[in-house]
Amino acid sequence: MLRLKRELVCREIVELITAYLEDTLPRRQRRRFEAHLAGCEHCSEYLEQMRATIRLTGSLRAEDLTPRMSAEFGALYRRWREEEEEGGEEEEG
Amino acid sequence: MDADGELVARVRAGDEQAFVTLAARHHSTMQRIARSYVGSDAVAEEVVQDTWLAVLRGLAGFAGRSSFQTWLLAILVNRARSTGVREHRSVAIGDAGPAVDAARFDAAGAWMSPPRHWVEESDSRLLAEGAAERIQSTLRELPERQREVLMLRDVADLSAREVCEALEISEANQRVLLHRGRSRLRTALEAELGRA
Repeated sequence: MLRLKRELVCREIVELITAYLEDTLPRRQRRRFEAHLAGCEHCSEYLEQMRATIRLTGSLRAEDLTPRMSAEFGALYRRWREEEEEGGEEEEG
Repeated sequence: MDADGELVARVRAGDEQAFVTLAARHHSTMQRIARSYVGSDAVAEEVVQDTWLAVLRGLAGFAGRSSFQTWLLAILVNRARSTGVREHRSVAIGDAGPAVDAARFDAAGAWMSPPRHWVEESDSRLLAEGAAERIQSTLRELPERQREVLMLRDVADLSAREVCEALEISEANQRVLLHRGRSRLRTALEAELGRA
């Protein structure tokens, strides 16, 4: 393997960012990544934006079940129980 | 460990309320995932309900090798996928473009048109709503595999390993798909919220 001393450039940083966040960069590569970040405000901003993107995507979650949906899930469950009890018999119409 | 385990045991024992609680816990994530494949909220609801019925029917055979959520979402993705295909909403698989448009870097690879600021803006409630909509629409436009990984990792909050399990892909694949998907979302958010 070539042991590159060359510094990473911004265009490379944006492609390595997920591996960095996933903590899968080899140690040497990670050091080069962090060295670049320390001296580059734009790439630091970019990293923050990726973190914010992940956060915002995650915030799509919170929504509760409406009463109607609760009732429907209850009905669905009873349907399954009936199926279970009927065993191999045909489903009721 | 698996927070669903106790509920699952009660569901097996015939506890209807435990099932409704379990369904509620996963509902919005499932609805979001399903909605990203199909054309309407109503169809997405059907996909979610079909999934739960399949889950109940398969519960006796669930060996617990993966977490309940991983198993559940793998079933959901399969159902949503096939429903989406029936609706002819299947998207191109391509897209190997760079994370950031190459024109934004100079010949040496340094930023020429640096990222516009928007992180602070996303804290504002009003703008965050626009951002949420933008994320939803971008997710729908993503190539299918990227969307699946994004949904499971960043919406449903599964680990990388669980996503690989649910979608039967390698860790390297997972990472590439995640990278492309997240990069596309960031670009969309920059367009939505960015200021010069």
